[in-house]
Amino acid sequence: MENNAVALLELRGISKRFPGVLANDAVTFSVGHGEIHALLGENGAGKSTLVKMIYGVMRPDEGDMMLGGAHYAPARPSEARSHGVGMVFQHFSLFEALTVAENVALGMEREAASGDLNQKIIDISKAYGLPLDPTRYVGALSVGERQRVEIVRCLLQNPRLLIMDEPTSVLTPQETELLFDTLRALAREGCSILYISHKLEEIRALCESATVLRGGRVVATCDPRNETAKSLAEMMIGSELAAPPARDTVPGEVRLAVNGLTRASDDPFGVDLKDIGFEVRAGEILGIAGVAGNGQEELMAALIGESRSEQAATIVVDGTPVGCDGPTVRRAQGMCFVPEERLGHGAVPDMSLWENTLVSARTRMGLSINGFLKNGSAQAFATQVVAAFKVKTSGIEHSAASLSGGNLQKFIVGREVLQAPGVLIAAQPTWGVDAGAAADIHQALHDLMKKGTAILVISQDLDELMAISTRFAVIANGRLSTPRPVGEVSIEEIGLLMGGVHSDAVPASEAAHA
Amino acid sequence: MLRLELRKEPSRAMRYATPVLAVLLTILAGGIMFALMGKDPVEALHVFFISPLSDLFSITELMVKASPLILIAVGLSFGFRAGVWNIGAEGQFTVGALTGGVVALIFYNVPGIWLLPMMTIAGVLGGMAWAAIPAFLRTRYNANEILVSLMLTYVAILLLSVLVHGPLRDPEGLNFPESRMFHDSATLPILIAGTRANIGFVVAILVAITAWIVMARHVIGFQVRVMGEAPLAARFSGFLESRIVWLCLMISGGLAGMAGLFEAAGSVGQLVPMLPVGYGFTAIIVAFLGRLNPIGIVAAGLVMAVTYIGGEAAQIELGLPSAVTGVFQGMLLFFLLGIDVLVHYQIKSRRPSAVAAKS
Repeated sequence: MENNAVALLELRGISKRFPGVLANDAVTFSVGHGEIHALLGENGAGKSTLVKMIYGVMRPDEGDMMLGGAHYAPARPSEARSHGVGMVFQHFSLFEALTVAENVALGMEREAASGDLNQKIIDISKAYGLPLDPTRYVGALSVGERQRVEIVRCLLQNPRLLIMDEPTSVLTPQETELLFDTLRALAREGCSILYISHKLEEIRALCESATVLRGGRVVATCDPRNETAKSLAEMMIGSELAAPPARDTVPGEVRLAVNGLTRASDDPFGVDLKDIGFEVRAGEILGIAGVAGNGQEELMAALIGESRSEQAATIVVDGTPVGCDGPTVRRAQGMCFVPEERLGHGAVPDMSLWENTLVSARTRMGLSINGFLKNGSAQAFATQVVAAFKVKTSGIEHSAASLSGGNLQKFIVGREVLQAPGVLIAAQPTWGVDAGAAADIHQALHDLMKKGTAILVISQDLDELMAISTRFAVIANGRLSTPRPVGEVSIEEIGLLMGGVHSDAVPASEAAHA
Repeated sequence: MLRLELRKEPSRAMRYATPVLAVLLTILAGGIMFALMGKDPVEALHVFFISPLSDLFSITELMVKASPLILIAVGLSFGFRAGVWNIGAEGQFTVGALTGGVVALIFYNVPGIWLLPMMTIAGVLGGMAWAAIPAFLRTRYNANEILVSLMLTYVAILLLSVLVHGPLRDPEGLNFPESRMFHDSATLPILIAGTRANIGFVVAILVAITAWIVMARHVIGFQVRVMGEAPLAARFSGFLESRIVWLCLMISGGLAGMAGLFEAAGSVGQLVPMLPVGYGFTAIIVAFLGRLNPIGIVAAGLVMAVTYIGGEAAQIELGLPSAVTGVFQGMLLFFLLGIDVLVHYQIKSRRPSAVAAKS
């Protein structure tokens, strides 16, 4: 649908300043009626700030917004909603212990849980192809279904504009298609959609126009259907992308072997690991795909040693069983880890960068003797990481929390990679990281692989896994499919595996039942 | 409408300036309070804050009051950094005095140079044992250590009272609820003849220096700090939560027990039911006033001791009620926490009429 004379949403010279940063600098763009409009940009480009202002979470310092031809300045999200603006956040705000209908009722103004709310939910969900049972508990829903709850909650309020923040990061390919059908149907009915994503292929498939942000400014407006993913990415980062690394290494000896790893989750809503088995050889990257919440966190905790196994032989590093040991012993054996959460797990937010090297590099880098910390060595190592990984920071004295997401991730990956691990295990290494930093991180993993490190990457980003891994497996409901070389598996097959349909019913570890 | 907005990176300089500002504001508010009460504020403040520093005797009294506060607060600072909230130092103080005191009473007629070290060890172990109860209940059953340690304080105080009224009562003491006086080799050596300042102050300073080294330069201190700021990162780093909980409670319990024994074997010289006078609680303020930094705690302990001595002087010379000490300690904590909020948050005024004004 073409832009009408009067756009639905129009932003004129919107600026927003934070202490030390100009997050949005005179941003001007408009979204037409019934248009699916992409908002594209690296992390820190100012996308989130911008949509938060449209949704009334923050207010602009300068500039005007027009909605449907009238001045629009929401002071809070409820005001935005009453103007017909809905938003589905990347991180859901749902109560797991409540039903779908109760969750929907909580997010709505006035219309409390009236008798026909269940019916309304069923009607809406049917009309837009979002199957949802209002009486089920959210805790029992998959991530894709939870997202539907959020969408249905927005749709119940008849939005004129729906903002979607990275909606597909948690979906399988099939679920993504389903979501796109829904969004297209909404757009046909005249609802405009502002779609934020890193995934360039999706934007090309779905959106009719795109506004590209870089450093808080609008740098381009285009029709993504006429662009290639490469040209979009180049607009976003403002430089040419490096070609994906070639896979020309020959795998060596087995460095990490996991055999019959079975573990009940400590979390009542968690996923139990069921007889997981795989091997990673020197010079290869094994990618583990899967929809969030299918046992990735539990697998990561078991591999780091945060949750320990009963039997040492379940995890073997270079021939040494370490299943019963904690992270420090495993590191001494040559393992290094990049956890999914940067702030609070991989790094201590309020500690300086150099103190953060002490979190995981004490053992391998000899940053302590007899328990006494060698602050000088830690500072030297931090400086080395910052230089080698081009971490943008005004100094290693600054806190981890002061870095942008991409820079902190580069620091954490650098901290692990420079320890020259024999086995590196990374979860979501480029989650929420801009394209430039992602390319650097992928390059670092590739270089490390070439040096003979066995690498395991757990990620929900299929494109990432396809780009970097040499072998590939899928985790679904706590079970791991048999790893296979990348290239032998079709996208359809992967989708089925991610949905929990195992073509190979036999788990990979038939050799070792401990 | 006013609202608070988190600052991105709070100023480091302000972190250290906060306690000083809090002290100054307390003095200012104290002056206003004295004026409202009809006293000459300058004279009153002089009595309260200057006289405790004006002669040798007052200064040695300052050391007597500051020693237990510093010892306890240094111990508490480990737990407070790690998010282990031992509120029951008063109880551990009491039990430490009791166990160490029992050793002194067992050997009431046996002098020896070994006696004082033995009493100290018994006092430390007593405090640790009392702190082991909340440690066990938290690590085993996830029971809240704040409540457990606090309630055990009252148990400890009653336990002391029962024992001093019964088995530990001085047989020649005319039925007063007091133990025998400790003999010379069971009391702390005096630092300056003619005063009550004892070796406990030296020990407190040494403990603070050791704690500072451990906190800043040792893996133990690092564990404690990581645990407090990011528990998941502590696990990632290979530290076990239960071990840190035990460690913190043993350090704080042990040092509180030592402070209790030093009080009994120092300025008091016997076991009496009124031995616990609230040092264990005041030390919580001292720990925060000292920014949970052992060196800061030494300074904070001395400042807090001034409020005790100054409060006594104000009662005697100005006829003010004894509550004046508590009022000053309360104001100090209030201003400290208040300024802390402003260091970590910005006050922003929201203009509710902005929408109307623009359209």
